[in-house]
Amino acid sequence: MVKGAMPKPMDQDRVNHRLELLDMTKTQSSLGAVSRVKRVVKLLTALAASVVSTHALADWSALNMTKGVTEISRQVYDLHMLIFTICVVIGVVVFGIMIWSMLVHRKSLGAEPASFSHSTKLEYAWTIIPIFILIGMAVPATSTLRDMYDASEADIDIEVRGYQWKWQYRYLNDDPTQEVKFMSALLTPPDEYYNRTPKREHYLADVDNPLVIPINKKVRFLVTSNDVIHSWWVPDFAVKKDAIPGFVHEAWAKVEEPGIYRGKCTELCGKDHGFMPIVVKAVEQEEYEAWLAMKQQEALEVYETVGKTWTMAELMETGEKVYAQHCQTCHQANGEGIPPAFPSLVGQGLAIGPIDPHIDIVVNGKAGSAMQAFAAQLNPAEIAAVVTYERNAWGNDVGDLVQPREVNALVSGEE
Amino acid sequence: MSAVIENHHDDHHHGPDKGLMRWVLTTNHKDIGTLYLWFSFMMFLVGGCMALVIRAELFQPGLQLVVPEFFNQMTTMHGLIMVFGAVMPAFVGLANWLVPMMIGAPDMALPRMNNYSFWILPFAFGMLLSTLFMEGGAPNFGWTFYAPLSTEYAPPSVTFFIFAVHLMGISSIMGSINVIVTILNLRAPGMRLMDMPLFVWTWLITAYLLIAVMPVLAGVVTMMLMDIHFGTAFFNAGGGGDPVLFQHVFWFFGHPEVYIMILPAFGIVSAIIPTFARKKLFGYDSMVYATASIAFLSFIVWAHHMFTVGMPIAGELYFMYATMLIAVPTGVKVFNWVATMWQGSMTFETPMLFAIAFVILFTIGGLSGLMLAIVPADFQYHDTYFVVAHFHYVLVPGSIFSIMAAAYYWLPKWTGNMYDETLGKTHFWLSFVGVNVTFFPQHFIGLAGMPRRYPDYALQFADWNMVSSVGAFLFGFSQLLFLFIVIKCIRGGKQATDEVWDGAEGLEWTVESPAPYHTFSTPPALPERSLA
Repeated sequence: MVKGAMPKPMDQDRVNHRLELLDMTKTQSSLGAVSRVKRVVKLLTALAASVVSTHALADWSALNMTKGVTEISRQVYDLHMLIFTICVVIGVVVFGIMIWSMLVHRKSLGAEPASFSHSTKLEYAWTIIPIFILIGMAVPATSTLRDMYDASEADIDIEVRGYQWKWQYRYLNDDPTQEVKFMSALLTPPDEYYNRTPKREHYLADVDNPLVIPINKKVRFLVTSNDVIHSWWVPDFAVKKDAIPGFVHEAWAKVEEPGIYRGKCTELCGKDHGFMPIVVKAVEQEEYEAWLAMKQQEALEVYETVGKTWTMAELMETGEKVYAQHCQTCHQANGEGIPPAFPSLVGQGLAIGPIDPHIDIVVNGKAGSAMQAFAAQLNPAEIAAVVTYERNAWGNDVGDLVQPREVNALVSGEE
Repeated sequence: MSAVIENHHDDHHHGPDKGLMRWVLTTNHKDIGTLYLWFSFMMFLVGGCMALVIRAELFQPGLQLVVPEFFNQMTTMHGLIMVFGAVMPAFVGLANWLVPMMIGAPDMALPRMNNYSFWILPFAFGMLLSTLFMEGGAPNFGWTFYAPLSTEYAPPSVTFFIFAVHLMGISSIMGSINVIVTILNLRAPGMRLMDMPLFVWTWLITAYLLIAVMPVLAGVVTMMLMDIHFGTAFFNAGGGGDPVLFQHVFWFFGHPEVYIMILPAFGIVSAIIPTFARKKLFGYDSMVYATASIAFLSFIVWAHHMFTVGMPIAGELYFMYATMLIAVPTGVKVFNWVATMWQGSMTFETPMLFAIAFVILFTIGGLSGLMLAIVPADFQYHDTYFVVAHFHYVLVPGSIFSIMAAAYYWLPKWTGNMYDETLGKTHFWLSFVGVNVTFFPQHFIGLAGMPRRYPDYALQFADWNMVSSVGAFLFGFSQLLFLFIVIKCIRGGKQATDEVWDGAEGLEWTVESPAPYHTFSTPPALPERSLA
């Protein structure tokens, strides 16, 4: 009954097929306009073939809403198909009558115009009958909505926080030392979306740290935002909630099948709105517990590393990774940014000035600009590393460094 | 004083002034209507070019032509220009040309204000377009400009955007006051409200909607301005404000706004279908009541654009039920048009083709709108390409097709020449195919899970995006043919008769073709109750 988790074998074939098409366009891209037309025709033919084969296999996933993997998502799918069917029937009847009329009541066929211009009975009929059809739609819709809104008695609470342009997941726990918290950002490298390297599977749909949840447990998502409005959507769960600064909204899912479920941000949130996907990994309870224990251990390790004294090489190595993950979408890999919105860090400004304002802007952000406060997203070691990296990469060579414990003192002093 | 009056008297029988100043200073409703229509067509091409930038970028996965920052500027400016620069001014232009001629009035009631309300627009849109060249770029927060993306996080040009929106609002409000005053005061003696052509009725109701909601839009952008420059925190959660309040206020304007863009279209189609079916409009009274009901309902359904913002369930249910109710009066209209065609004696000239395509494609957009009203399903549709498909079906083959139908239908009256029927039909079929190839696949893209306002997408959406882009270029370039047809018709062609169409009814067909510079200087005698 329940559709298997992604990726389906069928999907894999289709993706490969598309990759071939993309390669084909690349090899021919130097040719002229005529070949471009040919290319489009060729692509359309290939497309038509792929659509036909899709139908033959009765896989409508490219055309229709997913059934998903929760009781709720199936209810939503059934509701969608019910309303869709009613709309198609209405459309067929109305357009059928119109087309019949257009074919028959033509002046060229000698049709004489009738003289009627109203019919009270008919007008009452087509006012009242639709009301009953609408009631027929409203009843199941209301009942599904009531189920969706019942987020009570959840087994696990996860805070989902939107950032420009990534997600943060926090597994709420009464004991703060047991609380797991991490960022989840796009894995696809810029080289792929700027067409410098081939697009791999799960292009723009993969993240570094997926959200992990157990199956058959009611997981409640508490959705909020740190900056602008985002929206957290996982189609397979039929969950879409706006992440709004200053509000916490709840949604929930009880996933029945282990698997990897992919979603997206669905509220325009700025430059990289299209580049902050969601990946949820649903696993068996035991696997979930093992994963959670590992994450809690990691959190502890981070806590300890903050205390030690780091060398320049260690800071630069970690700093480069942190930069690639958090900074380079705006400030770019070469540090030169996209002025004026995203200033250059090379040979100018805070990156080569005194170190304290540099740490401050990374920790606290800059009001009224896209520069966020990273204190909540990065641990002190990561902040120390990235600041050190920015001061010594790209020929900046300021030569100084900052230790994680200094950053920690600054951050915790402020809190 | 008396010298002035004499001069004025002497001026009575002359035609339009010569040269550029004719257009700058004109108070003639036909001149102003022409200005509005040309202006809106220019904006249609500008907004269309932006749409083509969007579709070209989406032709394939990957970023080929533009960066995401610019892509967001394109989607934002495309929406703003099409809504405020193309569709609305086109309807005001049609109202200027047609309302006085349909009700037997010599001109609009407030001609000087009429001139002013048009001439604000080039400045408003000049300012809006100039933001493209500013540091930080043009507005990039979507045409719905949700806070705080449009306030704390906006580019500096947002202030120019706010000023431009204020100017558009002033223009719209003045235009609607003019329409209302004209219709209520200048009807030919003996013409009752229920004798008016439906285009006049729909515009009367639209004008009230405009007066009711444009101040709300002005209010919301003013609150933004205060937040950005004067330290208030209406929409800033950090300052005790509420980002969701923005959406409530915006959509309280925005939902009536979408009916502002469709009600006059209903009026146009209700004029054209009876003409080419050679049969009276079916259910005139119910058409008027349905229009009024839709207008009323438009004020109480706004939050159906906001089902995912986390409203309480009572709010979700109320807005779902209220929204579903709109299907009833809208259905009445569609059934009335079908019944008008039924047992008529139809011919299929270009205006009729556009009008029939309007009925079919607008109905498809209406049915997907009904699907969107169903809250649980809307959670899956919301902010995906399914929504993009829905509103483009009601706006492009809806509003835009009705405007083109109107242009072909009344062009012989305006110019005195018939347009080229073969070219007109070619334009229709290219547009019809283009529109459907562009927007129908977007239903699939949306259901399969592609969100709107994405500059790039995962590979499973590649096929239909490519089809959609091909359709968009077909539709876009077809409109150059429309431009050619209109210019050709202005420059010459077969002489149009006064009645133009053999089934046409209404006062505008009783004046000569082309319509003289001044019509109905003395009120016409009405034919016996035949106007409806």
